[in-house]
Amino acid sequence: MTADEQTRNQTNGQTQNRTQKIHYLTAPLSENDIIQVKAGDVVYVTGIIYTARDEAHLRMLEFDEKGEALPFDLEGAVIYHCGPVMEKIKKINETEETDFSEPKWKAVAAGPTTSDRMTKMTPDVLKNHNIRALIGKGGMENTAETLQKNGCIYLSYTGGCAALAVDMIKEVKTVYWEDLGMPEAVWELRVEKFGPLIAGIDTNGKDLFQDVKDRAKESFKKQFA
Amino acid sequence: MEIKIEALTFEAVSKAVSEILKISETTLPEDTLAALNRAAAKESDPIAKAQLESILKNIEIAGEKSVPICQDTGIFIFFIEIGREICLNFDLEGAIRDGCVKATENVPLRPNVVDPLTRHNTKNNLGDGLPELNYSFVPGKTLKITVAPKGAGSENMSALKMFTPTEIPKIKEFIVKTVMDAGGKPCPPVVLGIGIGGSFNQSAKLAKEALLEDIRNPDDENSGYDDFEKEILNAVNDLKIGCMGLGGDTTALSVRIKKASCHTASLPVAINIQCWANRHATAVYSGGEQ
Repeated sequence: MTADEQTRNQTNGQTQNRTQKIHYLTAPLSENDIIQVKAGDVVYVTGIIYTARDEAHLRMLEFDEKGEALPFDLEGAVIYHCGPVMEKIKKINETEETDFSEPKWKAVAAGPTTSDRMTKMTPDVLKNHNIRALIGKGGMENTAETLQKNGCIYLSYTGGCAALAVDMIKEVKTVYWEDLGMPEAVWELRVEKFGPLIAGIDTNGKDLFQDVKDRAKESFKKQFA
Repeated sequence: MEIKIEALTFEAVSKAVSEILKISETTLPEDTLAALNRAAAKESDPIAKAQLESILKNIEIAGEKSVPICQDTGIFIFFIEIGREICLNFDLEGAIRDGCVKATENVPLRPNVVDPLTRHNTKNNLGDGLPELNYSFVPGKTLKITVAPKGAGSENMSALKMFTPTEIPKIKEFIVKTVMDAGGKPCPPVVLGIGIGGSFNQSAKLAKEALLEDIRNPDDENSGYDDFEKEILNAVNDLKIGCMGLGGDTTALSVRIKKASCHTASLPVAINIQCWANRHATAVYSGGEQ
């Protein structure tokens, strides 16, 4: 992992002139990789990431409850809150025709979904599995403590940037739980320099989204006192 | 963006619907693009500025590759204006539904339509009552079909409140609070469609229709912004929620209010939140007239 530095002259208060680091992380991640990431830093992820939304979280917990092993490995994993548009392909490119025993998939659009829908399932999922990073959008309310306790960070990817994301997805390795439907299935993706992601919640319990909300509340109070 | 419906037939309408779905999912209307560019140019927070630049780059890539801007390709909301002088002797709804299925396969679009309780996905973006079809009658010989794909991130943050007539001063607070509570979830910078008056459901429809109106530049004095809309826009942007809820100058790109008369004892107010991907496109049959 390397870390470049650049200065962020944030104009809105507390974090003025703080140093914003850039981290290049390779998944699966160790706890050591993520403790260096501070809220507000920029992160790029390379390696394997798994998509999981509402239904996939529910099913993981069902498996855990029954004591069954998941069909994918969440040790040090990066979970991406995403329900992609995928397309089945017959050949990898124009020149190379390959016969696949299993259908091969190509990502068409794969931006982040609203992470807060996963907030209520996340504490149990993190308790049962050593997931080290969550990628999503919009933040996760009252989750900073859970992340701190379990050694996990939350990374914000720009909502709606589905075409941009596809450029960084180098391969759709496979799909699990396809019966949940295309958006809700778990897609194993190989990504390269996936980002820029903004560290929204770090392992010290600092939550950038909460800071922004607190300031918004102050403004609201002033306006409607 | 507007394309032509070549004839009043099932096939022509289906083809046009499939085309406007593709256009709306892969490109953004110029007014929205201009508003995003203005927001990026004046943003003072570096994180927000970088987010806005990613958004602009994403729009460019989606357009070049003809792929969806966002993977949440939405549920399809149609507004259909029927000229009183035309004859519709074919299955118009069937043609629209057929166009939806084609676009879902060909663009491709994400199958988003499920049963509300079993959550069973229909896989073709059709369902009971979906796509949503809104009809109105207009003078003349035209047929105009507008589609607005609506993603869940922003739709889930929308709200409706039945105020009482003495609570007019509370309207602004309700709108600003709705945006504040939504935070980064609806993918700001958002577009706010506000419906005031009508019945319970009419106010919501007005709010949705307001999202189809042109996005105006609030700094342009001739843009037609009324004082109340501007007041709400400023109040919302004062929250500094910013792009994606990470802080910043622009939380809303636009505020548009539409009104209807209401019961003397009622005051419905609906706020429909739209993410920055303010997608819509229109197809028109001109009745042989230019």
